Amino acid sequence: MSKRVLELLKSKFGDDIYETHSQFGDDTAVVNPEKWRAIAQFLRDDPQCAMSMFVDITAVDYHGRQTPRFEVVLHLRSLERGHRIRLKARVGDDEGTSVEIDSLVPVWKGANWFERECFDMFGVVFKGHPDLRRILMYPEFVGYPLRKDYPADKTQPLIELRNVPDKLPPFGIDEGMPFGRQTHDYPRGEETN
Amino acid sequence: MGEVNSGGAGTTIQVLEGSETGFATTRFDALLNWARKYSLFQYPFITACCAMEFMAMASPRFDMARFGAEAPRFSPRQADLLWVVGTISQRQAPALKRIYEQMADPKYVFAFGTCASCGGFYDNYTTLAGIDKVVPVDVYVPGCPPRPEAVIDGLLLLQDKIARGDRTPAIVKPRRDPTVHAGNLVRLGKKSTAT
Repeated sequence: MSKRVLELLKSKFGDDIYETHSQFGDDTAVVNPEKWRAIAQFLRDDPQCAMSMFVDITAVDYHGRQTPRFEVVLHLRSLERGHRIRLKARVGDDEGTSVEIDSLVPVWKGANWFERECFDMFGVVFKGHPDLRRILMYPEFVGYPLRKDYPADKTQPLIELRNVPDKLPPFGIDEGMPFGRQTHDYPRGEETN
Repeated sequence: MGEVNSGGAGTTIQVLEGSETGFATTRFDALLNWARKYSLFQYPFITACCAMEFMAMASPRFDMARFGAEAPRFSPRQADLLWVVGTISQRQAPALKRIYEQMADPKYVFAFGTCASCGGFYDNYTTLAGIDKVVPVDVYVPGCPPRPEAVIDGLLLLQDKIARGDRTPAIVKPRRDPTVHAGNLVRLGKKSTAT
């Protein structure tokens, strides 16, 4: 299907593409996490790739099985060309500290909540994310529940009801429009980055 | 002069027939509890798949209205009976507690299904292991989901408890006790060498 995209990536980035494989129509490239955002930018902007649709970003914890412990997995699709690709980057040490990778929000805005979820569940820190806080769990929660070293039956103490008069909206001004809020509520140019 | 035993705490209602109209005497709290048990205004706190079973139970086929419990109130301030139907997460627990606190006395809590009763099979980081960690429960109805008959059993049990003024927690027992009928259960897992 889109082996051409893999060939393009290899010719453009060379040694930063660690390995590739294509199986059953799924094309995967394991890339250098330092070049994560540059590769994403290339995949979006290059007319032969034209990955206009951000599908998913998540992480896998290979605790005790491989040395960069986490694998951040990104799925992309091109609506124009109808092909898709999967990118992986391996980050983090065995203790689960310094799990850092570049945020893709500057490339696709849709990555925002996905990266927040990934941070919430795995503790992957996305550098350059505009608003990296927990999205599913509550702020008092300690630890990252989907890491393999989090005890499966561990429960945390109950929280008090949070009474916040000026409640934080779940998303900012640049993260889509809720119903009823019109673009003319904001000065021109402020509603987009 | 007739005598009617209302059950419960040995209260007898005496009906005196002296005129065309007649009158009855009873204890005041027995009368009050009798009124309470047939006018349960309910607040449904419904979060998960047990909701389907709750809807089936509230609809005419099983007809909760027979027991005076047909009026849902979507404000806890007007409700007597809190139905907790479904899984409650750790994050939602303070909201449930606040809802309970907003209800006016007398108030009763009904744990509908296994998840509300004890957390069910959600033994993990996100689920509250039973709503009795945050609110006191009057009647537990286990089941995943419980049959409407079991829920009606629970409702009648609650009415009985209200009539008796009893606030200890009660459980609707399964029709077939698994500890008694364990021999009939299918055994899973490895074949034992003993047989």
